[in-house]
Amino acid sequence: MHQVEIATTQQTVLDSPVMTLNMGPQHPSTHGVLRVILKLDGETVIDLDCDIGYLHRGMEKIAENRTYTMIAPYWDRLDYIAAVSNGLVWVETVEQMMGLDVPRRAHYIRTILTELNRIASHLLWLGTHALDIGAVTILLWAFREREEILKIFERQFGARLTCHAWRVGGMPNDSYDDFEQDVRRFIGNIAGRLDEYETVLSENRIWLSRTVGVGVISGADAIAIGLSGPALRGSGVAWDIRKARPYAAYADVDFDVPLGDNGDTYDRYLVRMEEMRQSRRIIQQAIDNLPDGPVNAKVPKLIKPPIGDYYHSIEGPKGEIGCYLVSDGTQQPWRMRVRPPCFMNLQALKKLCIGHLVADVVAIIGTLDIVLGEIDR
Amino acid sequence: MALLAPLNLIDSLLLKFFSEQTVNYVIWPFIQIGAVVTITALWVAYATYLERKISAFIQARLGPMRVGPWGLLQPIADGLKLLVKEDFIPENADRWVFFVAPYIAVVAAFIVMAVVPFGPDWAVITDVNIGVLFVLAVSSVGVLALILAGWSSNSKYALLGALRSSAQMVSYEVSMGLAIIGALMFARTLSLSGIVASQQSDSIWFFVYQPIGFIIFLISGIAENNRAPFDLAEAESELVAGFHTEYSGFRWSLFFMAEYAAMVVVTAVATTLYLGGWYFPFVYRFTEAKGFHNAYVVVSLIVFLAKAGLLLYLYFWLRWTLPRFRYDQLMDLGWKWLLPASLINIVVTAIAVVVLQGLNESGIHTIDSIAGGLNLTPSGKVIAILFGFGNLLLSAVILSLINWRSRDFNLKKQRRQIRLVDLPKGRAAVKPVSEEPELSKV
Repeated sequence: MHQVEIATTQQTVLDSPVMTLNMGPQHPSTHGVLRVILKLDGETVIDLDCDIGYLHRGMEKIAENRTYTMIAPYWDRLDYIAAVSNGLVWVETVEQMMGLDVPRRAHYIRTILTELNRIASHLLWLGTHALDIGAVTILLWAFREREEILKIFERQFGARLTCHAWRVGGMPNDSYDDFEQDVRRFIGNIAGRLDEYETVLSENRIWLSRTVGVGVISGADAIAIGLSGPALRGSGVAWDIRKARPYAAYADVDFDVPLGDNGDTYDRYLVRMEEMRQSRRIIQQAIDNLPDGPVNAKVPKLIKPPIGDYYHSIEGPKGEIGCYLVSDGTQQPWRMRVRPPCFMNLQALKKLCIGHLVADVVAIIGTLDIVLGEIDR
Repeated sequence: MALLAPLNLIDSLLLKFFSEQTVNYVIWPFIQIGAVVTITALWVAYATYLERKISAFIQARLGPMRVGPWGLLQPIADGLKLLVKEDFIPENADRWVFFVAPYIAVVAAFIVMAVVPFGPDWAVITDVNIGVLFVLAVSSVGVLALILAGWSSNSKYALLGALRSSAQMVSYEVSMGLAIIGALMFARTLSLSGIVASQQSDSIWFFVYQPIGFIIFLISGIAENNRAPFDLAEAESELVAGFHTEYSGFRWSLFFMAEYAAMVVVTAVATTLYLGGWYFPFVYRFTEAKGFHNAYVVVSLIVFLAKAGLLLYLYFWLRWTLPRFRYDQLMDLGWKWLLPASLINIVVTAIAVVVLQGLNESGIHTIDSIAGGLNLTPSGKVIAILFGFGNLLLSAVILSLINWRSRDFNLKKQRRQIRLVDLPKGRAAVKPVSEEPELSKV
């Protein structure tokens, strides 16, 4: 039973007392169950503390008691917005430990679907970020497009959100009959729709004044904190795992990496918008060159990677999502460790927020694009 | 008119029981008040329905469709639901203040309707000769409700919301009050009916003389109602629900009604001041002049509602299109843009009136009469309109001079492009696969 704090540190009339504001875990714009403890001077943030772990399920420990096949669905529950990308990390890690030869067609379909997932994730980010800043309509527009992607997922995987998309060595089944047609129709629509969103936001005075110069982080600081993904590229650091260590079929497609210069919320917004266009380009090339053939490698009945450890990471929608796997030669991993992009990105929150107003805190949480399922694991 | 014959019937019926004074000064006013309150309440309820429908169409969905045809009974269903909900008061709240605040909000919003002229003759409840001052004074009382609600809830979110909204409403009231003065100089009266009458006798709507005043009044009106893009007080992404975070059930819905009623009031007052109120060209000539008095009133009433409805649509349109301002930016807009603009407007309008009078005295015929407002001749009208639009340019220049150093001034120039780079490809993380698929037959 707290009372509103009355002046305790007030020295003069102009001096305002420090107020502690508890934001979350039940709060509309903490994107899940993040709890942020704000110390406010008036409305200016002078200190901030994140309290995480409300969604902790101990999945890294659970993985030690599951076989390699059984672990895959757990990965979908990390970043549930990008379940397809997450699943890819896991299967590729295991495939590489075992030295499996995944067919080209599987690689191409994986590329198409993970890029679709990137667009879906960015659309959800765009909607919620705009909603936090007050533009409600963008959310529903973005969900309209995301729905089309989820329909493709539903027909391909049988599930919309936690897809359990891949199997070690390939895919559970080949693409469905109208797959190419559906994907082509989607990428035909999305370009115009993205332009529409940019018309509403990019040159809007209020949007500009809410995002330009808010939450600035330099490239050096971004690297020091361990940011990855669009948050890192918004600060002008040219790093994209799809380019640096190509996986799936990314070595075969041409695309550009968008970079911001100022590292503020507006640059990160532009970077993500451009990434969606580049994803569309990747999908276009992959669907045009989609090879025929089987989609599964020859996989032993019992998956037992050789003794040793391995790290593999991909460029997820939120940043570098990686898997460090230690195998003792049995059917279960000895240790599995997730390299979570959102967890690392959330570390920047304090640095970005101090000195800004309460309204900017929600904008900055939005621009970091966090998903608590992955932070808490 | 046959439709309105019952009114005369009731009148004669009442006269059988009461004296003529009682009927004219007590009973009919009460009937009027009842009618206006009912109509306003319905208007408010269906404003929520319209808002939901319009937002749905903007957002590519259908909106309420289940209750009644096209969801037309949705507001009534919502009202019933809210009525039967538990009346919850938090333990640490200041009970009485918490209890009273919603009533203050609703009463302050509804009572303004008393002076709004919905039409000529019997469509006015009361014509106070200081009507504009009454509107400004009573709508300021609404702030009190928000402060009391925010404070008595004993919650930090509610307190922050109340602080924000009171600061916002106080600062926008200044420019709102100053913006009206320009129109008053032409109307030469504070009575709202008088203002409409002066626009009618001058055959013009004041927004032609007062484009800047109209814009300032609308923006400050939206800001004073705490509506998007100025809805900081109840910014759900920051302050959950602002000052009414702790309210629930019907007490919450009273705040909701107050918000919509305040919107209706601002649109009604804006219509009266700048869009000629119930006055529309040719209506008088085709009805009253031909002897259809009640038809004249009804058509004027419809004209008034249509104009106010258009402004109300503007509210919805803005709300579902624009992002929200930040607190400091809102204060910037209020004090550094709207306040100087309204001051410039007063000075320029005063000069315009003096110039018109001077020209009239020096022989050029610009003023017809000043009996019911400032009635201008066609040449006088042209001069006044030129002043109005010259004022647009002048305000733009002066406001740019005031604000050119502020960070937000040339944001569009700050809009940047991002670089697109093609990074060199690194060593593949995944083993390149042989072209022949024969290895991997399943």
